[in-house]
Amino acid sequence: MKTENQQQGSRARRFVLGWADWVIRWRWFVLLGTILVAMFVASGGMPQFNSDYHVFFSDENPQLQAYDALQNKYTKDDNVFIVIEPKDGNVFTRETLHALEQLTTESWQTPYSSRVDGITNFQHTRAEGDDLYVEDLVQGAIDKSDTEISRIREITINEPLLKNRLINEDGSVTAINITVKMPGENIEEGNEIIAHVRKMTEAFEANHPGLKTHLSGMIMLSGAFYESSQKDMGTLVPLMFLIVILTILITTRTISGTVSTLLVIIMSIMAGIGFAGWAGIQMTPPSASAMTMILTLAVADSIHILITLVQHMRAGHSKREAIRESIRVNFMPVMITSLTTVIGFLTMNFSDSPPFHDLGNITAVGMTAAFIFSVSTLPALMAILPVKVKVKTTDTETKSPIMRRIAEFVIAHNKKLLWLSSATIIGVSALVVNNELDDQFVGYFDESIKFRRDTDFISENLSGIYNVEFSLGSGESGGINNPEYLKTLQEFEDWLYEQDEVIHVNTFAEVARRINKSMHGDSLAYYAVPGNREEAAQFLLLYEMSLPFGLDLNNQVNVDKSETRFTITLENISSTSLIEFSERAESWLKENAPETMFANGTSTTVMFSHLSQRQIFSMMSGTALAIGLISIILIIALRSFKYGLLSLIPNIAPVAVGFGVWGVTSGVINSGIAIVFGMTLGIIVDDTVHFLSKYLRARREHGSDSEDAVRYAFDTVGRALFVTTIVLVSGFIVMAQSSFGLNSGMAKVTALIIVLALVIDFLMLPALLINISGKEKKQPQVSTGELAMAKASYSSTNN
Amino acid sequence: MKRIAYLAITLFSSAAISMAQSPEQKGLDIAQKADEVDHGFESSSSTLTMILKNKHGQESTRKLSNQTLELVEDGDKSMIVFNSPRDVKGTATLTYTHKEGADDQWLYLPALKRVKRISSNNKSGPFMGSEFAYEDLSSQEVEKYTYKFLKEESLNGEACYAVERDPVDPNSGYSRQIAWYNKGNYRIEKIEYYDRKNALLKTLTFKNYQQYLNKHWRAGEMVMVNHQSNKETTLIFDDYQFKLGLTDNDFTQNSLKRSR
Repeated sequence: MKTENQQQGSRARRFVLGWADWVIRWRWFVLLGTILVAMFVASGGMPQFNSDYHVFFSDENPQLQAYDALQNKYTKDDNVFIVIEPKDGNVFTRETLHALEQLTTESWQTPYSSRVDGITNFQHTRAEGDDLYVEDLVQGAIDKSDTEISRIREITINEPLLKNRLINEDGSVTAINITVKMPGENIEEGNEIIAHVRKMTEAFEANHPGLKTHLSGMIMLSGAFYESSQKDMGTLVPLMFLIVILTILITTRTISGTVSTLLVIIMSIMAGIGFAGWAGIQMTPPSASAMTMILTLAVADSIHILITLVQHMRAGHSKREAIRESIRVNFMPVMITSLTTVIGFLTMNFSDSPPFHDLGNITAVGMTAAFIFSVSTLPALMAILPVKVKVKTTDTETKSPIMRRIAEFVIAHNKKLLWLSSATIIGVSALVVNNELDDQFVGYFDESIKFRRDTDFISENLSGIYNVEFSLGSGESGGINNPEYLKTLQEFEDWLYEQDEVIHVNTFAEVARRINKSMHGDSLAYYAVPGNREEAAQFLLLYEMSLPFGLDLNNQVNVDKSETRFTITLENISSTSLIEFSERAESWLKENAPETMFANGTSTTVMFSHLSQRQIFSMMSGTALAIGLISIILIIALRSFKYGLLSLIPNIAPVAVGFGVWGVTSGVINSGIAIVFGMTLGIIVDDTVHFLSKYLRARREHGSDSEDAVRYAFDTVGRALFVTTIVLVSGFIVMAQSSFGLNSGMAKVTALIIVLALVIDFLMLPALLINISGKEKKQPQVSTGELAMAKASYSSTNN
Repeated sequence: MKRIAYLAITLFSSAAISMAQSPEQKGLDIAQKADEVDHGFESSSSTLTMILKNKHGQESTRKLSNQTLELVEDGDKSMIVFNSPRDVKGTATLTYTHKEGADDQWLYLPALKRVKRISSNNKSGPFMGSEFAYEDLSSQEVEKYTYKFLKEESLNGEACYAVERDPVDPNSGYSRQIAWYNKGNYRIEKIEYYDRKNALLKTLTFKNYQQYLNKHWRAGEMVMVNHQSNKETTLIFDDYQFKLGLTDNDFTQNSLKRSR
């Protein structure tokens, strides 16, 4: 065994030293060569940005399939919701109604629009003698008398199809809903619509200073994805670069080192983004954060190499010797930590949501590139550039008094610390249950994004943004005119209005009731669903023939007239409550409606509501795989089965504690946060690798007892771990400033877990190590021969 | 000699006119010619099968029968009786198309045994849930559009005139249409419909043309494809009959009640 280890170890050592010499000798060639490689990969081009919200759902997503099925029966569409707020608080004035008529007409010019619904073109039905009139509710408002205007007001605010949907109860806010049907041939379609609508509403506001507009709807949601990503790119990336430059300058105090690290980072980002270009990956809000991700993580590799390099130069070695030594001690640890990080990010491929696959893969490529460039470009450039370092004879720089103090503290109180930290970890982890899964897509954006503000305005003043839809079948062709069917629709509607969360119900029963009334001289006694099937069918035929272009019933009645669409608008509720509501409605149908009428609730809202849940379940297997793979890597790297498994405790505990703390401080887990398990595991495992390898080196090479080995570990890597943690945490804190909730939530939780990982590695891990070794037999002092062999074996993984 | 000179002048001037003819005039000429060649059928009837198809190929069928009375001084009168689906059996529409102004339209509802007038402004909505709007099916009077000749183009081997027609009625659902008139017999081979924002909305293709009474061309099948919703509707015409001896008396609100 030992001989094999020795041979392997020395082979690895020979390779690494050979590599270092080769890089130094061929420094110009290595530098230019790697730059060319990075440029070649980058020539894959900047990926296109796709802001369509559909990207969050895989083709296999059952909620997406259900919603597609419903939309295929009726019309498949998205919308732009323009809210108009008169500053005088009254929609019903000649001028405002006139302006609304104009805006409604203009809205038909929106690209890909198929339908425009406003209060002015609402198809009002009325009876005149024996004739049915179906016409625009408001026509030529500018010439109307005060009496006519107040009559329009009365009709509008009492109209079930408009109230709490396109007009609020006190008539102070109204809306125009533009339905669009994008052919889906190119990803610019949504932007075309947004550009048109923005231009239109800006001109409208300029022409009517008394009217303010707000924009929402699913198309604007997509626009918000784009807007927030652009905003992040413009602010977070430069900020992160600044932090990286400062950190390297402070910790290494060399300008050459800072320049070299920046080059490595830029090349790594080029490789990651270029890979996305080659692979045809489209940028989405989550994957766009890959840039910041690479920036944050890549710097750690360079810092390890630079710190050792500078330390050796301070100790009086030549630059060449220092580079050689730094590569020797860092090559393996940097490779292993990069490998675990890459594995962590690759687990994102288990996600149910494709943009997270892209984020994982782009970052994984970027991290691989960061490793390669850190051990090639970085030393090559350092060999070329002048490096000025003051030679110090004392080792105060390398041995930090603070680290030593922490070490002594842990050693002195190791029993207490172990029990206390175990109890704390278990106690805080239990708080995980306080977390609630929630993916309210409006909450994805902070208030700096206009979509959020406008949508909040709508929720507060007009209607709800969230909805659940059902396609209710009658079981036979033409069956929607069956009185039994219509009665059940009405009962469902009545039951729904008793539910607290319901703001509005859009049902075909209302269409049937209103026609019946108008067919009987507008008599309120007939404001009920028709009691005779032929009558209902013929009324409907007459009504349909009376509707104008674009305002037909195809969006709520299928071609066979066997099913109708039933839309419930809800107030802002969490995903969990929404799923619960949908299930409640489904069980009402199960109990009270015929079998053919049963359907599952669906909608974009429902799709997003299930997203975090699906995300967590899909990530389970990914995380399990990551834990397995990382354990194997640790067992190999530490060359100890026991310590490899032991390291799982300080690796998993921070994640558990992190989510416990999150449960108390925030309590909301969205699908961005649900992704962090595997990813953070890959990052925090680095700390354990470094600490444990130093500890074991002391035990095995120097024959130290566990307490001395802990001191040694703190002395050698304590400071480096502290610095890399600071870099990582500041990186993730910067990302947490993102205006996009999936990214900021993910970053906040990750930052929290990274801090906890360091705390646990500094306080609990050493206590654990001391206590475990206490039970063992004191290890015998190794002979010098064995020491040499052990050194050969382990030095490659240590610094 | 005089006659020859006269003929020469006429020929020359008409050639000059046709050379100098504006696209608008040429378009109108084509439409008028198409109207002219179909004159004289007096009255006609046929049965129709309407097949509605959604994006996923789900189908729904309706059966109708149709009678038309040719009028020269005003637009034609027509009556459509619905035979299926069962719930609307016996329902019938009566339409008086007008060369100027909105058409008049009535619907007879057997369940109520009443005739109801249909709002005149709204006739661009779908006909029985199909991809045909009422305005696509009603009598295509020359006066309902302004015209502009676009180009000559061959369509499935038939030489055609492509003519743009802009609806005169402000309530039309279309900003414009492009119709392909067969150069030889002036029957329409294809129509493209553009919506209010001038995007292509639908294409109507005429198939299985047959000539009746050695004069009147009638399509056996009309297929309307909606490019925006990907739905389509096929109309199949059977049992064409002409010169049935129908009169104004067969196209009144009273006759509507008796229609089934």
